[in-house]
Amino acid sequence: MSTKPVLVPSTETAISRRGFLMKLGILFNVLAAAVLAVPIVGFLFSAITRGRSNGYLSWVQLGKIADFPEGETRLATFRNPYVMPTDGTTADTACWVRHIAGEQFQVFAINCAHLGCPVRWFQQSGLFMCPCHGGAYYQDGSRASGPPERGLFEYPYKIENGLITIQAGELPTPGAAIAALTGEKPPCAS
Amino acid sequence: MRIMIGRIGEWFDSRLQLAAPVREIAEHPVPRNTASWFYVFGSAALTVFMLQIATGILLALVYVPSGAEAWSSLQALNHAVTLGWFIRAMHGWGSNFMVAIVLIHMVQVFLFGAHKFPRELTWILGVFLLLMTLGMAFSGQVLRFDQDAYWGLGIGASIASRVPILGPAIVKLMLGGPIIAGATLSRFFTLHVFVIPGLMIGFVCLHLLMVVKLGINEWPMPGRIVKRGTYEAEYHALTKKDGAPFVPYAVWKDMFFAAFIILAVAACALYFGPFGPTGRPDPTIIQTVPKPDYFFLWLYALLSLLPPSLETPALLIGPAVAIAGLLLLPFLSGEGEKSWKRRPIAVLTVMLIAITLGTFTHLAAYTPWSPHMNAWSGDAVPDQFIQGTTALERQGALIFQVKQCRNCHSLGETGGQRGPSLDSVAVRLTRDQLIRQVIQGGGNMPAYGKNLSPAETTALVAFLETLHPKGQVPAHDASRDLALKDEKQSGSQP
Repeated sequence: MSTKPVLVPSTETAISRRGFLMKLGILFNVLAAAVLAVPIVGFLFSAITRGRSNGYLSWVQLGKIADFPEGETRLATFRNPYVMPTDGTTADTACWVRHIAGEQFQVFAINCAHLGCPVRWFQQSGLFMCPCHGGAYYQDGSRASGPPERGLFEYPYKIENGLITIQAGELPTPGAAIAALTGEKPPCAS
Repeated sequence: MRIMIGRIGEWFDSRLQLAAPVREIAEHPVPRNTASWFYVFGSAALTVFMLQIATGILLALVYVPSGAEAWSSLQALNHAVTLGWFIRAMHGWGSNFMVAIVLIHMVQVFLFGAHKFPRELTWILGVFLLLMTLGMAFSGQVLRFDQDAYWGLGIGASIASRVPILGPAIVKLMLGGPIIAGATLSRFFTLHVFVIPGLMIGFVCLHLLMVVKLGINEWPMPGRIVKRGTYEAEYHALTKKDGAPFVPYAVWKDMFFAAFIILAVAACALYFGPFGPTGRPDPTIIQTVPKPDYFFLWLYALLSLLPPSLETPALLIGPAVAIAGLLLLPFLSGEGEKSWKRRPIAVLTVMLIAITLGTFTHLAAYTPWSPHMNAWSGDAVPDQFIQGTTALERQGALIFQVKQCRNCHSLGETGGQRGPSLDSVAVRLTRDQLIRQVIQGGGNMPAYGKNLSPAETTALVAFLETLHPKGQVPAHDASRDLALKDEKQSGSQP
């Protein structure tokens, strides 16, 4: 009862008090927005940040060396190492395995270095041809003709116990070849 | 009964108080000559947009935005759900119609000078609405999660990756991960169903609000110049002197055209059926020839025809320049003549763009730049090229097929069109030039030196030398005869 009469007479301070409280309210909401923004931004950009620590790339097995006869280039498929439950068949990936001789291989991404369409191998003419914009590559993956600016993307590989394994997990695109991530420069990248 | 309805109406309006403002909007005066069939495309675009929302909601009742199940749910819509195929077809054709109508609306507005003062912001919002319509078209193609969608995303990712420095990050943000997969579909679903339509509804409301507040663009008269100082007073005088209420004076044409468009979409849906889905989105199935929907065919052609060195700058700078140009247009030509009859550059620009896009789209319909992957095994060498040939030449014809030359070169109008037709190649190139071209390649042709033995090259070139029209002499190096003659003479002397 005693506080009421004290506040009522000075209307000027009452208005500035309201104004101050509104400003404080705005500030409080800005703070809340900032607190909320941290997890939102973190969630939205998680697809990028995870990849930065190289979390997407792993070594995956393609099969026995014996499955890839010397001097031939064959299609191999593997399941992407980073899979989500809703991926379905999209996580299956194809690549071209060229067995040069002995333990010497080249493993090419299926994606054309131009715009990512699936290239096909033609044994007889020794060429990879792209059905989209007409890119063509020689058997060693180097550019033969058409719009691509470079040769086919290559996966780093290793041979262990007669098995061929490649380091994969990312869609190779002209901007970020797998080689750039692993620090290994494929012979056709120049 | 009528009294009852009137009372119910009053009950609602005494609470909502919407009747007066709605009546004001409906009966706002428009210049009489704008009640024209040229002015129906905006409302038609809105009609198709509403149709898309309605059919989209229906599709979402069955569609599953999961990388593993989207394709099967589309098959269920096509084959198992009653009339699912028709709703899909309506949505697909509605999308095609919407892109077309929005473009026509834009051309009409531009040629009638409606982007000029004071309707600059209406135009700018319209540019964003066009971009969002194209965004809906692309994201919609992704939701039809088939092979075309999968490889289309690959093309999108490859383009995005070319952005300097940020490219790889943009790709992961776009795909929702390192590869095209379930997360990619989910985020395109979010864009297609929540983000872009939400923005579009807001933008459409503002776009329409400005049409009502600023008044519909009057019919342009040659010689009636737009000036910032006087335009608004002139427009008000015009609507006062020669105005008529929008409803019903002008609206009946909009209504007729809207109904016509809905029926046209339904007719196309009924006759042509739904789009796809094509094969399963399984990237291990590489026997595929991905192609975008028709509104992006021009881009597909452009990407094939640009020289490699120009591609990245054109892809990254081109769209930015085009969008900036469209946004700045009302500020660069905000005053002056509105009539297309006094704006030859405007008319020529529209024609040039239309012809360019039309030509690229037409080219993309038969993709002369793509090798025909099955021509070498599917298209036999026509008889007329084999008749009367020697054993060596026939061997050459065989090599011609087996080495996939046919994938890029046509004979008798079958085969690829990536390289020139070889029907009369012997008239253009001499024997030595043919050998050089086969072994070293050049132009757009790969070198075959490593994949042809000398005997195979000899046979192939022997066959190619027979390829000339009857009665026309093959190309021939005159100096070679002289050189050979000299050689013989000098050889016989000692």
